[in-house]
Amino acid sequence: MTTTERATVSPPQSTAPASRKPRRRRADLGFLGTVLKYASLVAACVAALMPIVTIFMLAFKTNEEYRTTGPLDAPSSWLNFDNFVTAFTQGGMVTGFLNTGFILVISITGTIFTGTMTAYAIDRFRFRGRPLVTGLFLLATLVPAVTTQVATFQIINGMGLFNTPWAAIVLFTGTDIVAIFIFLQFMASIPISLDEAAMLDGANRFTVYWRIILPLLKPAVATVVIIKGIAVYNEFYIPFLYMPSRDLGVISTSLFRFMGPFGSRWEVIAAGAILVMIPTLVAFLFLQRFIYNGLVSGATK
Amino acid sequence: MSIAPSAARQDAARPSTRPSARPRRRKTAGWGATPWLFLLIPLAFLVTFTYIPVANMFWYSVTDWDGLALEKGFVGADNFVSISTRPEYFRVFAVSLYYLVGAGAQLILALYFATLLSFNTRFKNFFKGVIFFPYLLNGVAIGLMFLYFFRPGGTLDSTLAIFGLQDPPLWLGDPSIVNISLAATSVWRYMGLNFVLFLGAIQSVPSEQYEAADLDGASSWQKFRFIILPSIRRILGLTMILAVSGALSAFEMPYIMTGGANGSTTFVIQTVDTAFRFANVGLASAMAIVLLVIVLLITAVQRKFFPDEKATVE
Repeated sequence: MTTTERATVSPPQSTAPASRKPRRRRADLGFLGTVLKYASLVAACVAALMPIVTIFMLAFKTNEEYRTTGPLDAPSSWLNFDNFVTAFTQGGMVTGFLNTGFILVISITGTIFTGTMTAYAIDRFRFRGRPLVTGLFLLATLVPAVTTQVATFQIINGMGLFNTPWAAIVLFTGTDIVAIFIFLQFMASIPISLDEAAMLDGANRFTVYWRIILPLLKPAVATVVIIKGIAVYNEFYIPFLYMPSRDLGVISTSLFRFMGPFGSRWEVIAAGAILVMIPTLVAFLFLQRFIYNGLVSGATK
Repeated sequence: MSIAPSAARQDAARPSTRPSARPRRRKTAGWGATPWLFLLIPLAFLVTFTYIPVANMFWYSVTDWDGLALEKGFVGADNFVSISTRPEYFRVFAVSLYYLVGAGAQLILALYFATLLSFNTRFKNFFKGVIFFPYLLNGVAIGLMFLYFFRPGGTLDSTLAIFGLQDPPLWLGDPSIVNISLAATSVWRYMGLNFVLFLGAIQSVPSEQYEAADLDGASSWQKFRFIILPSIRRILGLTMILAVSGALSAFEMPYIMTGGANGSTTFVIQTVDTAFRFANVGLASAMAIVLLVIVLLITAVQRKFFPDEKATVE
């Protein structure tokens, strides 16, 4: 690109006051451009949905149908729920959902408390060692989590948490740096005068945290609940490594174990995968806007 | 930095003490231990589950420990020598190249669709939702879905047959193709996040800029080059670093789908297998450190080229 173009395009404000045309924000792609644009969007949707739609159809097929029909053929009956029943009862999906629910509730609660406490201490206090603490939390974001499991395993094992749900809970609660940053960012917008007014009335720091900061952080808490919830629900390796017992299967590991006993029964595997995806779809449809905002604020920190 | 207001604030907050002894203390510190009481539990978690493991990893990496024995035999740099001299250990880095190419394709696709949707589009929210949705799905469900997608006679083969392409290869069974299939699965899974991040950054540009560009008769390409691209520079830098370190530490999709079979072992699969399957914690720790150092180096390079104005808190 040449510098002349830059000169004409990049400081556009200079020409704006001269001419006042009616507002228009139409893409000037032309007819061909518009066709190409929608064609590529539809292609992207097909690519995104095709793998999901085919296993959705598969989940309603009988084993006989699975062996005789192709993946792109619709099932003969959309009311054949046998595979879902098999997946749910024989595949340990009930245990999986219960364990996931238990771990989810405790580790999210833990994350909210550790995250808000850290953010409160860092944002509202000036103390010796503050830069060091902040630096420690920042540096931790750079450590790739999967590889340190080699050594984390020994710690969890030493604490006697191996093969208990608490292994996953402490690791999820541990240090959610993304959550801390979301809280920090939000807390900066809560005026300090509120803290000060409360302290004038005799409140101590814990009362300020509990009665003022925590209630005002609700929107940030909602964001953290959503991103953390998705992350914990989808986590595979931590429960796989630390909770090998069948009774401790979470939904990821329960579904992973489908590959053994149901190895040749793809219609049951498909039903299991669909069962796991339904809660995600429901959450997405209801919480779309929060999910987009939460992930954007989480990823850019 | 005037002293008067901060002194006044300090008075308000801590009426009993003398005013403005240290004007730099904008917010009163109360009694010195209070922040540490709030930090006690979070720091305990941080140190126990991040810093002690990393420190231990350095110690294990110079031993031949198997993870169980009480004694750890000191072997010096032997583990690092093995990693750098034995071809089976660094061959796995070649697998990362597939994921690196995949990550590049992923960024380009995400940027393309984010740009398209930043213009007026019908059913915009529908398209946005569908392109993004795969990112939210459970990794194991995605793995199983794509095992079915790629299996002989599966979804992909049937689709190709419609277009008259017979005798497709073994997508997951052929060592020369398996990594392409797995990297493509990763692109399918993660592209939605990059797309939403780019779209958010593009839409934060005030619409006056586009209007002004319209008045100046700028083409779509010029709008992309001079308005959209500069506005997403920061997020682009961040996503690139995440893509590179993600490619180097590719793990979940290949582990779930092939378990590392047919030459699809990545560096991280190799590391966890060395530690937990072959009980060589010492060597695995050395491998983990190699990866950690590479990731830190890449991050340092990224910080240099895309200085992040929000890198420090406050």
